[in-house]
Amino acid sequence: MNRPAGNALGKVFSAAGISRRDFLGFCATLAAAYALPASSVGAIAAALEKAPRTSVIWLSFQECTGCTESLTRSHTPSIEGLILEQLSLDYHHTLQAASGEAAERARDESMRINAGKYLLVVDGSVPLGNPGYSTIAGVSNVDMLMETAKGAAAVIAVGTCAAYGGLPAAQPNPTGAVPVSRLVRDRPVINVPGCPPIPVAITGVLAHFLTFRSLPELDDRGRPKIFYGESIHDRCYRRPFYDQGKFADSFDDEGARKGWCLFKLGCKGPVTHNACATTKWNNGVSFPIQSGHGCLGCSEPDFWDAGSFYKALSMPVTPVRKAVAGAAAAGAAVGAAVAFANRAKKTAAKAAHEAVKVEDLTKKS
Amino acid sequence: MSGLELLTWGRGPGLVLALGLCIFGVILRFAEILALGRRADLALPRPNSPGSGWRTMLTRSLPPPGMLRRAPLTYLGGYVFHIGMAVAVFLFVPHIELFRGLLGLHWPGLPNPLVDIASIAAIVALLALLVGRLVDPVKRLLTTTGDWLAWALTFAPLVTGYAAYHHVFEDYTLTLAMHILSVELLVVVLPFSKLFHAFSLFLARWYNGEISGRKGVAS
Ligand code: SF4
Repeated sequence: MNRPAGNALGKVFSAAGISRRDFLGFCATLAAAYALPASSVGAIAAALEKAPRTSVIWLSFQECTGCTESLTRSHTPSIEGLILEQLSLDYHHTLQAASGEAAERARDESMRINAGKYLLVVDGSVPLGNPGYSTIAGVSNVDMLMETAKGAAAVIAVGTCAAYGGLPAAQPNPTGAVPVSRLVRDRPVINVPGCPPIPVAITGVLAHFLTFRSLPELDDRGRPKIFYGESIHDRCYRRPFYDQGKFADSFDDEGARKGWCLFKLGCKGPVTHNACATTKWNNGVSFPIQSGHGCLGCSEPDFWDAGSFYKALSMPVTPVRKAVAGAAAAGAAVGAAVAFANRAKKTAAKAAHEAVKVEDLTKKS
Repeated sequence: MSGLELLTWGRGPGLVLALGLCIFGVILRFAEILALGRRADLALPRPNSPGSGWRTMLTRSLPPPGMLRRAPLTYLGGYVFHIGMAVAVFLFVPHIELFRGLLGLHWPGLPNPLVDIASIAAIVALLALLVGRLVDPVKRLLTTTGDWLAWALTFAPLVTGYAAYHHVFEDYTLTLAMHILSVELLVVVLPFSKLFHAFSLFLARWYNGEISGRKGVAS
C-alpha cells in the first residue's frame, strides 16, 4: 500500500499491460466529460502520464464499505482501477495490510511528508451525538477527520453518507450523523454521492485533480457537474414511454415486460441527478432502470426520508385519511355551531320583529 | 431546506395540512349554507316545470342567446380555461397516481403532449381573461382584491406545473416542490373564497332552477 511517491502514471499503465489506444480512449472520455475540445486529449494524456503519484488518505467512518467495493470491484482490469492503483493510497483501513499502530503511523507519516498536498477521501458520515459511537484506534471520527483535513489539498466526500449524511442520518438520526461538508469549512470539499457512487465519478474527480491540479466545476450541492448535471429522467431510455403515457403497473405485467416507464412503481429518476443512465454500471452493462427497477434517488440528500421507494413521486408520503376524517368531523362540528348561532340570530330577529301599523306610516315624526 | 426536502414536506405534512384545512372548510361552508334553510313555501307549485333544477344545472353552462357574441372572451376564455384545467388535473398520469394514493380510485390518463396542450390552452385563456378584466373599466370596477388573488392562486399551479414539465428552471426538484406547494395553497384558500364555486356550483344551480320552476319560471 505504502509505495514511494514519484512513480509516474504512464509507467503504471504500461506495467499493467494497458495499451496506448485504451489509455487514449480513457483520456478522450475524460475530455468529453469535461467538455474539452478533442485537441486536448493529447495534453490530458501527457499530463496523466507525467502525473507524479499523489498521496491519498482514505478515511471510513459510519459506512457500509459499499463505496470501496464499488470502486475496487468495478471491472478488472480497468483504467479507473489503475488510477486508484497509481495513487499512493497511504491509508485505507479496509484495504491496507497494516493494522493497529502501524496503520496509524502510516497515516501520520503521510500527513507529515505530504502536508498540504495529499487528497483526503472520506466515506461514511460522522456521528456527533457521542464521540464514542464510532472510533478508529481509539480516535473519534470527528477528531480524525478534522486532524487529517487540516493538511489536505482537498477533501473528497465519497458516497451519500459522507456527502449528505446518508443512511446513518436518516430519521431519527440516532447518532447525530453529519456530512463532511458540515465539519470541514476551510478546505475544498467535493461531494461524490451515490449509494454507492459510480466508480468513474470517483476516478473522474481524481483524474481531474491529477491532470489539472484542480477540482472540477461543482453544482450547488457540491457535486461535479459533469457527472451530476443532469437527471436520470432526462437521460433515461424509457423516457419516450413516460411521454406517451405508457407505464408499468407492476413489476411483472405486460408494461414491465415491454420496458415501459417505471414512474408508477416509484421511480425517482425525475428528481435524481446522477450519471447512471449514461455511464451505467459494470462496464456499461446496465443500470437499475434497465434492469427493471425504478431509481431510488440514492445520490440525493435525504433520499431515505423521501417516502417509499415504491410509491410514485406524486403520491403522498404520509397517510392522510385519519387527518382528513378528523378535519371533516371538525368542519361538521364548527358548521353545526355556526348554523346554531345563525338560527338563534334568526329567532331573535323574529322575536324582535314589530308589525307596522297604518298609523305608523301616517305618523308625522 | 433543499428542493427534495421541500418536495417531501409537500408530499407529506404539507399535503395533510392542506387537505385537512380544505375538507374542514368545505364541510363547514356546506353545513352553514344548508342549515340556513328557507321558510316553507306555502304556495302551490306551478305544475309545468318538473326537473327544472336538473335542467338548470346544464343550461346555465351554455351561453344565453346572443351572449356569446356580446362577450366572446368571457365565454370562450371560460370554457377553454375550465376544460384545459380539468384535463391537466384529472388526465395527467402523475396526477391520477395522486388520486390513486388519496382515494384508491384511478382511471386511464392521456399522453403527456396532449395534457401539455390543454395546460397551455388553460394558461393562455387565464391570461386573456386577466387582460380582458384589466382593459374593461366595468369589469375592473367590479373586481375585488379577492378576485385578483383567486386568479393568481389558480394561475400559479398551472405555470409551475408547466415549468416543471418543461424544465424551465435548472432545479427541477425545486420547481416540482413549488408546483405542489402552490396547489396546496390553492386547495386551502378554495373553500374560503369565491373559488368555492368548484363545490357549490351545481348545488346552487339546482336550487335556483328548482325554486324558479316552482314559481313558474321555466328553465
Ligand atoms: S423509468 Fe424513471 S427515469 Fe425513466 S422515464 Fe420513467 S420515471 Fe423517468
